[in-house]
Amino acid sequence: MLELVPRAQPSRLMSWLSPVLAVILTAACGAVMFAAVGKSPLEGLAVFFLEPIGSLRGWSEIGVKVAPLLLVSVGLALCFRANIFNIGAEGQLVLGSIVAGAVILHFDDGSGGGGPWMIALALLAGAVGGAFWAAIVAWLRDRYNANEILVSLMLVYVAELLLSYLVHGVMRDPDGFGFPQSRLFDDGFLLPVWPGTRLHLGVVLALAASLLAWVLLARMFAGFRLTVGGLAPLAARYAGFSSRRALWGCLLLSGALAGVAGACEIMGPIGQLTPSVSPGYGFAAIIVAFVGRLHPVGVVFSSFVMALFYIGGELSQTRMGMPNAITGIFQGILLFALLACDVLIHKRFRWRLGAASTVRADGP
Amino acid sequence: MDALAPLIAASMNAGTPLMLAALGLLINEKAGVINLGSEGMMLVAAALGFAVTVHSGSPATGFLAGAAAGALLAGVFAWLTVWLGANQVACGLALSLFGVGASAYIGMPYVGATIQASSWGIPGLERIPFLGPALFQHHPMVYGALVLCAALGHFLYRTRAGLVLRAVGESPESAHALGYKVRRIRLAALLFGGACCGLAGAFMSLVYTPMWVEGMVAGRGWIALALTPFATWRPARVLAGAYLFGGITILTFHMQALGVPIASQLLSMLPYLATILVLVLISRNIDWIRINMPASLGKNFNPNS
Repeated sequence: MLELVPRAQPSRLMSWLSPVLAVILTAACGAVMFAAVGKSPLEGLAVFFLEPIGSLRGWSEIGVKVAPLLLVSVGLALCFRANIFNIGAEGQLVLGSIVAGAVILHFDDGSGGGGPWMIALALLAGAVGGAFWAAIVAWLRDRYNANEILVSLMLVYVAELLLSYLVHGVMRDPDGFGFPQSRLFDDGFLLPVWPGTRLHLGVVLALAASLLAWVLLARMFAGFRLTVGGLAPLAARYAGFSSRRALWGCLLLSGALAGVAGACEIMGPIGQLTPSVSPGYGFAAIIVAFVGRLHPVGVVFSSFVMALFYIGGELSQTRMGMPNAITGIFQGILLFALLACDVLIHKRFRWRLGAASTVRADGP
Repeated sequence: MDALAPLIAASMNAGTPLMLAALGLLINEKAGVINLGSEGMMLVAAALGFAVTVHSGSPATGFLAGAAAGALLAGVFAWLTVWLGANQVACGLALSLFGVGASAYIGMPYVGATIQASSWGIPGLERIPFLGPALFQHHPMVYGALVLCAALGHFLYRTRAGLVLRAVGESPESAHALGYKVRRIRLAALLFGGACCGLAGAFMSLVYTPMWVEGMVAGRGWIALALTPFATWRPARVLAGAYLFGGITILTFHMQALGVPIASQLLSMLPYLATILVLVLISRNIDWIRINMPASLGKNFNPNS
């Protein structure tokens, strides 16, 4: 009989292996799902996992998805390390795109303005917008002890409704035949792209953010304080590390990064404000952060896997007639699989002959 | 006065899914487990309940399927958290994220499908002027939720089993020392909570809307999570809170219909802003929450260590 017994020490090997196992398990579940609807599992998995990385165009499209996922998940990794569950990154992303869009629409008079400084200003505006939305969460948590999970989540719905209100109203393109979207931004306000693809500057910003976060965590005292505060709150208090400062710092930083991600989306692949600026990047980034072991470099790899899921979902829709919702199922299963595999960090399987030989206080 | 009756009726209707879900979560939390997957369970149950009803033509079967789906997902959650000791917050989030995708997948063929709507009424009482249309012409599940609320109040505070459940939530070590099977009790509480969330989801797609639209639960699972601390973990106060939030939702619809010059999107923000306001008001006093909250909420318990 197979049973789980505690390990004497947490396994370092398993903590590295668990995300890999989780991806393999998810792929296996995917194969079962393809088979269940009468498609060839092998063909399905090939479309999902191999076809996107088979061409230069595929790689560049993955990069387009990696940019927002990585930007958001780096911030979330810092938050979750400090035990601050900022679940509303999607809302912070949306608000970042609103503020960046407002700045662009204000300066873009269609006469070919823009340029590097304008782009920098718009990105900064996005960061401020996202940080502001996260600051509400931090303030309500700090001042009134309101649960950050629920507050940040409620603010997602508020942000999405606000965006819908604006693109139906004051930000709507007057010459757009009444469609709820802003006018297309002038070229001078769009992020530079890799020639011939849609891959934009955002992915460079995301990699830089991941590197800076690693420096913060591994080489700076502030990062150390943050980690201790998350792992051992009492020890952190005894050492005099301010938990309030960690709360504000983490939320403002992750909000700003999500806001930049939102700004990059509208200044990159979308090119205007629309009622929906993100296919759930803010929520997918939660999974990315966990699968990347809350490590600023680990999330680079996990955001690549998650981007693969997005592209694979689109491809399996066009190639095999699968519904696009399959991406969401893969995302959910991935996190479940990871949490199940993580159990093996602290426990191990033991094969025992002759079941029920010992008396146990509680059930199986 | 005549305009008020449909308003009350609609508020009760809108409050019912919140009440069903919040009562289920209350039982979870009384046993010391917090399941953030309520939104996901409601979504899956809404999609599956609707699909089953379209095929079978029987809403009762649809409700049953919804409850079963909710309980099944809660079972997965229970296995991960109660048996394997995984983090409750992370697992709940996983369940919610999974539910968004899974429900979209299940519901895809049923977008635009319709089911037969039927009218209900309690014979005799429904003819009373004002009170009839306000209170006595509801779907049976609306009364079912009220009965459930009363039953849970009795169960928690007037029966031995309820006392054991609360003991498991306050101090699993003590309950374990007395010989109670902490993990099985938590599993039972989670399955019950999942089934309640399932009923709530099925109510959304079978009675409240009635149709399937992607993401139609629209945060009600999360609002239900905010209702349990709002109600200081007491069933009667869950009822008040759920109807209050139902009322706020309905009020936004009516303000639009009455032509109040505020954009519909801004009005739709009200329930979410109200939730934040409520959270702020109840959380302000930390002692108040600490006294009422089950002491072991969110903490896993391993009887073998």
